[in-house]
Amino acid sequence: MKPPAHNQPAGNTPLLSVRNLRIEFPTRRGTLVAIDDVSFDIARGEVLGMVGESGAGKSLTGAAIIGLLEPPGRIAAGEVLLDGEPIHTLPAERMRKIRGRRISMIFQDPLTSLNPLYTVGRQITETILTHRDIGEAAARKRAIELLAEVGIPAPDQRVDHYPHQFSGGMRQRVVIALALCAEPELIIADEPTTALDVSVQAQIIDLLKRLCRDHHTAVMLVTHDMGVIAEAADRVAVMYAGRLAEIGPVRAVVQQPQHPYTRGLMGSIPVLGADVHRLVQIDGAMPRLNAIPPGCAFNPRCTEAFARCRS
Amino acid sequence: MNMPAQTPAPVPDAPLLLVEDLKCRFEVSKPFLNRVIEREPRRWLKAVDGVSFTIDRGETFALVGESGCGKSTVARLIVGLYEASDGRIVFDGRDLGQLQSEAERQRIRRRFQMIFQDPFASLNPRWRVERIIAEPIRVFGLLNDDAAIRARVGELLTQVGLSPADGRKFPHEFSGGQRQRICIARALANNPEFLVCDEPTSALDVSVQAQILNLMQDLQDELGLTYLFISHDLAVVRHMADRVGVMYLGRLVEVADSRTLFENPQHPYTRMLLATIPDIKMEGKRHEIVRGEVPNPITPPPGCTFHPRCPLVNDRCRSEAPHLLPTARGHLAACHAIEEGRQ
Repeated sequence: MKPPAHNQPAGNTPLLSVRNLRIEFPTRRGTLVAIDDVSFDIARGEVLGMVGESGAGKSLTGAAIIGLLEPPGRIAAGEVLLDGEPIHTLPAERMRKIRGRRISMIFQDPLTSLNPLYTVGRQITETILTHRDIGEAAARKRAIELLAEVGIPAPDQRVDHYPHQFSGGMRQRVVIALALCAEPELIIADEPTTALDVSVQAQIIDLLKRLCRDHHTAVMLVTHDMGVIAEAADRVAVMYAGRLAEIGPVRAVVQQPQHPYTRGLMGSIPVLGADVHRLVQIDGAMPRLNAIPPGCAFNPRCTEAFARCRS
Repeated sequence: MNMPAQTPAPVPDAPLLLVEDLKCRFEVSKPFLNRVIEREPRRWLKAVDGVSFTIDRGETFALVGESGCGKSTVARLIVGLYEASDGRIVFDGRDLGQLQSEAERQRIRRRFQMIFQDPFASLNPRWRVERIIAEPIRVFGLLNDDAAIRARVGELLTQVGLSPADGRKFPHEFSGGQRQRICIARALANNPEFLVCDEPTSALDVSVQAQILNLMQDLQDELGLTYLFISHDLAVVRHMADRVGVMYLGRLVEVADSRTLFENPQHPYTRMLLATIPDIKMEGKRHEIVRGEVPNPITPPPGCTFHPRCPLVNDRCRSEAPHLLPTARGHLAACHAIEEGRQ
């Protein structure tokens, strides 16, 4: 399961470059390797989908990029380059300046990522004031503009409301407004629509796509939902057991998946309009981190495995 | 199967389950003192507001809708976890609300079973799997001999794709998909004819979901089970169901067989739901703009509850609630616009 090491267009530096990333968790029973030799790039303005099942390491990769890896997890090898500059070695203080300013994050659950005791306006202005050199009145004006931009009706009144006064979809819009307030170059969206109903999910995906196009912001879209990826991403990386299984333009991966895991994954999704009697079934389950098989991590479940895959 | 189900002679051609004008409301009033001081009336949330449908033997009937539409409440009403405020649930010709004796209740109750959404929360973490699966057998007194129970548990575990040796383990030793298999084995333990499946795969990853859906289909073919399948995922519903009911804010808005519903949705809400499905095959279909969110069910809009989001709304929709009526295409739909032919 070796991904191609370099997949960016030659010549210009990608916005984000992750090189041979390896994340380890030292435990009493030995070191667990949660991410092993993961490399990919994100170009400016590009939406990279990161898809995989729970435990594949997709959220962890996002957390490592933005410097929010929880100890004892640590980057054991590899590097994270933002615009060619390594950011995984920056001291906490300097990383704080990048986080929110150049890279921001959208979390899965909008209720837990907003402070329930502050009005949304205060949370947005606080973030604007932290990262930009403008006055309080201008920041509030900007907050109202942002709320309008993410499609919140009557933003000049809603700005003084508390998070509990918003519905789930509206809350996620507020979170997106928060992520946009410093005009970051990259947004890491970790399952931004998983907690939402389908009709709201479609609206949020449309919004995210439109905003990124307008602001030329790159997005790393982490999700388990291949449908969301097909709708929103330009390229997609498929993760399995902490490794990249396949990476490529979304249309190619969705329509002609190469890796047996991706093929199984695509076949296991029920599709409207396709009259299949049985879904494709990948037998077994993803290995636990302490029992990743030697060779290709997918080989025990793979129908095409041969001797080389096992070593 | 070593235990023949002692079912009374079934009424021919009658549906296995008949639900008629089912209602369930929950009180969401403020405490008594606040109501007196603030002069507020008692408030009720109508979780299920007049739902009627039938399920035939061997059929999979799906209820689909967004969160808060009342689909899980219907499931819980049918298995008796909630008590209906109004309406009838008739299982194989017997009104579940009119059962005379405890013995009769047990006899009927043994014939259906439920599978829950969250396989982590629905298994007792302190019990070994064999005890979990044997519980329905013991409760209904189907087998009394320990060895026979153990053999039956082994058989059930094999049936759902686990090994009889797994019975000695605890639930935490299994993955999500395996746990859902244990839940299915438990549900099958009393040889039910009818399974109520409340979002059985929505806590699972897609590849595991495929395993569970395939297992459920195999079991249906093998044992002739009837399913009430509840899900918010339209693609899963399309794959599993023979007939589908679409719910919105406690009411059924459209009922049709699965193929025609998905090929030719009639109700504006069904159309909107279908439009939200991501285009996974990337055929470049442009979906319609989806508007608004589900309103607060404590204060639903008057008239047709979907009217604030509906593109076909007129004055009648704002004041008069539509009834589920047959359409020209053989669906049942609750919509004034369809009835009047303004599309």
